Amino acid sequence: MIVEFGDRVDWHLSALVLALAHKLEAAKPAGVIEAVPTFRSLMVHYDPLATSHADLQRAIAALLPGLEVASFAGRRWRIPACYDASLGLDLADVARRTGLSPAQVVERHSQTSQLVYMMGFLPGLPYLGGLPGEFALPRRENPRVKVPFGSVAVAMSMSVIYPQESPGGWHILARTPVPLWQMRKSPPALLAAGDQVTFEPLSLREYERMLAKAAASELCLTPNGPPTQGPHT
Amino acid sequence: MTAALRVLVPGLMTTLQDLGRPGYQRLGVPVSGALDQMSFRAANLLVGNGAGVGALEIAYQGPTLSVEADSVRIAIAGGHAPIDILQPSGEVGRTRLAPFQSGRLVRGEVLRMGALGGSAVAYLAVEGGFDIDPVLGSQSTLTRAAIGGFKGRALQRGDVLALKQAAAAERDERILAPFDLAPPKRVRIVLGPQDDHFTPAGLRTLLTSTYTVSRATDRMGMRLEGPPLEHSSKGYDIVSDGIALGSIQVPGNGLPIILLADRQTTGGYAKIATVVSADIPALGRLAPGASIAFEAVGIEVAEAAARRLAGDVAAMAARVASVRRPSDIDWQRLMAENLVSGVVSARESGEG
Repeated sequence: MIVEFGDRVDWHLSALVLALAHKLEAAKPAGVIEAVPTFRSLMVHYDPLATSHADLQRAIAALLPGLEVASFAGRRWRIPACYDASLGLDLADVARRTGLSPAQVVERHSQTSQLVYMMGFLPGLPYLGGLPGEFALPRRENPRVKVPFGSVAVAMSMSVIYPQESPGGWHILARTPVPLWQMRKSPPALLAAGDQVTFEPLSLREYERMLAKAAASELCLTPNGPPTQGPHT
Repeated sequence: MTAALRVLVPGLMTTLQDLGRPGYQRLGVPVSGALDQMSFRAANLLVGNGAGVGALEIAYQGPTLSVEADSVRIAIAGGHAPIDILQPSGEVGRTRLAPFQSGRLVRGEVLRMGALGGSAVAYLAVEGGFDIDPVLGSQSTLTRAAIGGFKGRALQRGDVLALKQAAAAERDERILAPFDLAPPKRVRIVLGPQDDHFTPAGLRTLLTSTYTVSRATDRMGMRLEGPPLEHSSKGYDIVSDGIALGSIQVPGNGLPIILLADRQTTGGYAKIATVVSADIPALGRLAPGASIAFEAVGIEVAEAAARRLAGDVAAMAARVASVRRPSDIDWQRLMAENLVSGVVSARESGEG
């Protein structure tokens, strides 16, 4: 069952989706297997042997009144990322397409607070929204067969971070040494829908040093605490 | 001494699967699990396992496995494949294993399975299960992300699959009358959630055409070939939302893709409909080249079909019979004498 709040990428809608997800988790109506927050809707997977569409609809409708944007707050992260041209494979291309200098692209991308709208596509992969309009680029015409793990890429005013090597069609600006998906951790995903992310530019040397620490499982990133406001305020 | 099965020939795509890994989709983790959960459950029933114990999912072409345990009880359910048991001497012994019956193999014997017929998949279950650590609560393999199963991948020559049980329990073997593996004449679908992204002609095309399963089909999605579906002015791109098992997404080329066990958790293509859960096991059995047509039903029909399938699963457990000498099974005689109750068919059960 899908509870739809709109059809845009909009942090206001997303906040409502996340608020409902939390209310649903607390209420635990019979038959709900799991709920998946997305940009604009909450996907509720249910067991038709334990409930019915009609019963679940009633149970969820009862949770909707009083749903508030402020009722859910995620964590704030500063994620180190290296924008060196050897790792940010499309930085020059994005600069050309946006009419900005590479330094301006790095500045605007790293300093904008981006919201994790949803996790999807791959285990631990966040969809981050909130970039300025210059980043409203279509995906690459020729998707890469292999995007290196840790790549930070943009398209459609959003960012993604590839937790592992994967095919991908987004424009790669940087790479982070921080592991986004560690099976031995609980939860294994670093980020969750509702979190806020800014990027901290790293030199290539710092990146390599941190990558070595990550390989030795000695790199630990902690959030800075909950955000006080929405990402655009 | 450890108990294991050694892979001599892996088959085309043999992976460890169970009932899947629900609960982590919000982190981007696909559910995975057996494509044909009816056959998967049958294999476990036959070796006396609980319903969700991991079994090998065999696609198209079976593996060859040698027994490195004092003994092991094995059952294969799903597609019909020739099964030979080779003695340690290399001779082909008297076959003691056929699909839908359990059998006991001893150290040094080799199980050799051929090409599957009647279904794209079969399941090989071992009594007690494989001694492979679950990942996020499941033994299912998701090869795309290298999660779960045996090292996160399909089996390869030389792999050694540890068994939980050192030897087969002393008991009679079991048989089950094979159920109808044929697909429903029309696969039932519930329209939506983005059926408004298609023109009336596009919807009509979906409900009146016959599609062919493409060779590009895998555990993630069944790609169909046939008349393209016309998108409305709303187009094929949507703001990504959640994906259900059986979601039919239609990208720009208009050709439907039915999303299966290894489906992505979210997606950005318009989804015209969802296959009802009760028809998913039959879809899992379809091989490239098979035909498929659709019929729209309401959500109540989909839910009733799910309840009926659960009833079929319960009935299957009741139909398992014990046999003292499995090599003497004569199916013709058993069926003729009605010693094994008849074939269950979701198609003929009056649902819908």
